[in-house]
Amino acid sequence: MITTYLFYLLSFLAIMFGSMVVLSKNPVHSVLYLVLTFFTIAGHYVLLNAQFLAAVHVIVYAGAIMVLFLFVIMLLNLNKETEPHKSIWLKASAAVASGSLLVVLVGSLKGASTIQSINAFNPNIGLIENLGTTLFRDFLLPFEVSSILLLAAMVGAVMLGKKSIK
Amino acid sequence: MTLSFLIYKVILVLIIFAITLLVATYSTYAERKIAAFLQDRIGPDRAGPFGILQPLADAVKMFMKEEMIPSVSNRMLFIIGPGVCMLTACMTGVVIPWGPSMNIGGTEYPLQITDLNIGILYLFGVISLGVYGIMIGGWASNNKFSLLGAIRASSQMISYEVAMGLSIIALVMTTGTLSLGQIAADQPGAHWNVFIQPLGFLIFIICAFAETNRAPFDLPECETELVGGYHTEYSSMKLGFFLFAEYINMFISSAVISTFYFGGYNMPFIARFVHDPNWLAVLGFVFLFTKISFFIFVFMWVRWTLPRFRYDQLMNLGWKVLIPLSILNLVVTGGWMMRMEIYHFFIK
Amino acid sequence: MQALTNRSKVVAKKEMTFIEKLYLPAIFSGMIITFKHFFRRKPTIKYPEQIRPFSGVYRGQHVLKRDEIGAERCTACGLCAVACPAEAITMTSAERKPGEEGLYREEKYAATYEINMLRCIFCGDCEDACPKEAIFLTDRKVDSLYTRKEFVYGKNILVESKENPISLVKRQTPQVKEFKHHVEFAHNQTYDKQKKVKNSSH
Repeated sequence: MITTYLFYLLSFLAIMFGSMVVLSKNPVHSVLYLVLTFFTIAGHYVLLNAQFLAAVHVIVYAGAIMVLFLFVIMLLNLNKETEPHKSIWLKASAAVASGSLLVVLVGSLKGASTIQSINAFNPNIGLIENLGTTLFRDFLLPFEVSSILLLAAMVGAVMLGKKSIK
Repeated sequence: MTLSFLIYKVILVLIIFAITLLVATYSTYAERKIAAFLQDRIGPDRAGPFGILQPLADAVKMFMKEEMIPSVSNRMLFIIGPGVCMLTACMTGVVIPWGPSMNIGGTEYPLQITDLNIGILYLFGVISLGVYGIMIGGWASNNKFSLLGAIRASSQMISYEVAMGLSIIALVMTTGTLSLGQIAADQPGAHWNVFIQPLGFLIFIICAFAETNRAPFDLPECETELVGGYHTEYSSMKLGFFLFAEYINMFISSAVISTFYFGGYNMPFIARFVHDPNWLAVLGFVFLFTKISFFIFVFMWVRWTLPRFRYDQLMNLGWKVLIPLSILNLVVTGGWMMRMEIYHFFIK
Repeated sequence: MQALTNRSKVVAKKEMTFIEKLYLPAIFSGMIITFKHFFRRKPTIKYPEQIRPFSGVYRGQHVLKRDEIGAERCTACGLCAVACPAEAITMTSAERKPGEEGLYREEKYAATYEINMLRCIFCGDCEDACPKEAIFLTDRKVDSLYTRKEFVYGKNILVESKENPISLVKRQTPQVKEFKHHVEFAHNQTYDKQKKVKNSSH
């Protein structure tokens, strides 16, 4: 009962903050609204009993990545004067493109039936012990491969950051 | 979840909140006294006997001071900044076990607000959010010194969070749990984690200094370069909130260090003399506070001993020393835990 | 460059050893040093309750003395102003009118007499220079004031009142008086002495 109300509240907040990200003029405000959106999504994770995901979501996205975003935007000092002027045609084509995307999304979601879970839903799957077992037993290879992906990205960043390569 | 349980939790929350604020208030007094004593001075001694009422005088001063909001600042964020700082500082006290469970009339009353099974992650998440208050406040002030302070704070915190996380992971590997209540309960007597993880403790305490923006890592507010850092434009109680949040963070950091590495509410030989669980709970609370006071003293002691780092030194220490060290700690811990398997692998 | 003393130390920028690079021993030794200071006796004097004893020869605010009948001793000779290394003293002289014998001791007196307390260095040379034993430095402190003008003390502050004369016993002990009257040091008496010598040569 409470969870249903919480779900609606969180969904409403998530959509509201999400649209505020797009609508607010100041890029710093956008970033801060995005942080709030992440919090509401973390709340959704908690409602699904996936506490580990919620915590990691907050730590990684809200705590680290968005701080870096904020960092960069604060240093860029974006003002109205520096904003490039966009022609009316550009705006119109953007509106048409995103509007058609919306139509496609709504259409596809409307036709889809609710997915029934194949296994009986284990409410404790989101808890850290179960998640760890699953990650390191059933999905060990993808997990390690993704870490190699991150390593490659890191090496690439270091290479780009270096002034000259001897 | 009965009503009495709920009421108990609410009372516990209020008590912990009150204690947190009280300790933070008196930390300001302790800071000034300790600074004075380390420098052969006496320190504040005018308000009340030995100056015990000094925090009250400071608070009155803070409230009575003129409220200044720069006209060019972002008004909304300028007000939100200190609030966020204070909020995140107070949120961390939730998962700390303040003592073993009390047993009144056959009902268990844990002295921990909530024992999350992801307690460490929660703690970590809240700490990583603490930087937002500083960043928002520093940016909204529309002052270059504030902005520089805010940027320093954020990059410093992100850098040291990595080493801190890695040192905690080594601890989690040995304890096998993410719940703080469990970690505290697993260190009975003198089986403290600091003896198992000395290097991890060292890395953790250095990172704790950096995360709380305390000297020698107080670059975000360093007076000699940045006027007042991120709180240059703040006055009155908003400034008070920033300063207060720092002391709350220090208190919580000390509590976390005590819980992680120094047995929390445990004390050697105490189980031999006291058997009543309620007395044990009370004594555990006292022991935990003794440890916390000691670490708060260490925080202040270090502040008034060591000079401030230069910014590149800070980054070098974080990325080139502490992170490799914590990875080494992680590998050694893992190797020790798997020593039998490794032994069999090479012998047979 | 040749060293003037053998106290200078040669600073060698040598490579640090591993232990030094760890910095931890240095940090701990520093912390032990500060911890020792924690228990040191504090040299602080809590001022309003505790007052540091003054030295017997403390030289504070000046006084212009009166003689036994209450007449001002100062005759505006200007020797103190000449002696003053800080040039803090200024004065104007006036001639005593008949009937003012009870007010001024000599025929000439100081109509105004000002000491700028911000310039004064309290060396006591004015006291030594005075041939009439009129100006003395006392053990009183100069007050804290708000403006620079207020620090120029005039006769209204400097001259002692008839009702409560300023005691000089603290500094002008019998020994000091004896010393001052000694021939070699006592320029206070030289004038009288020369006069005596002149008189006898007549």
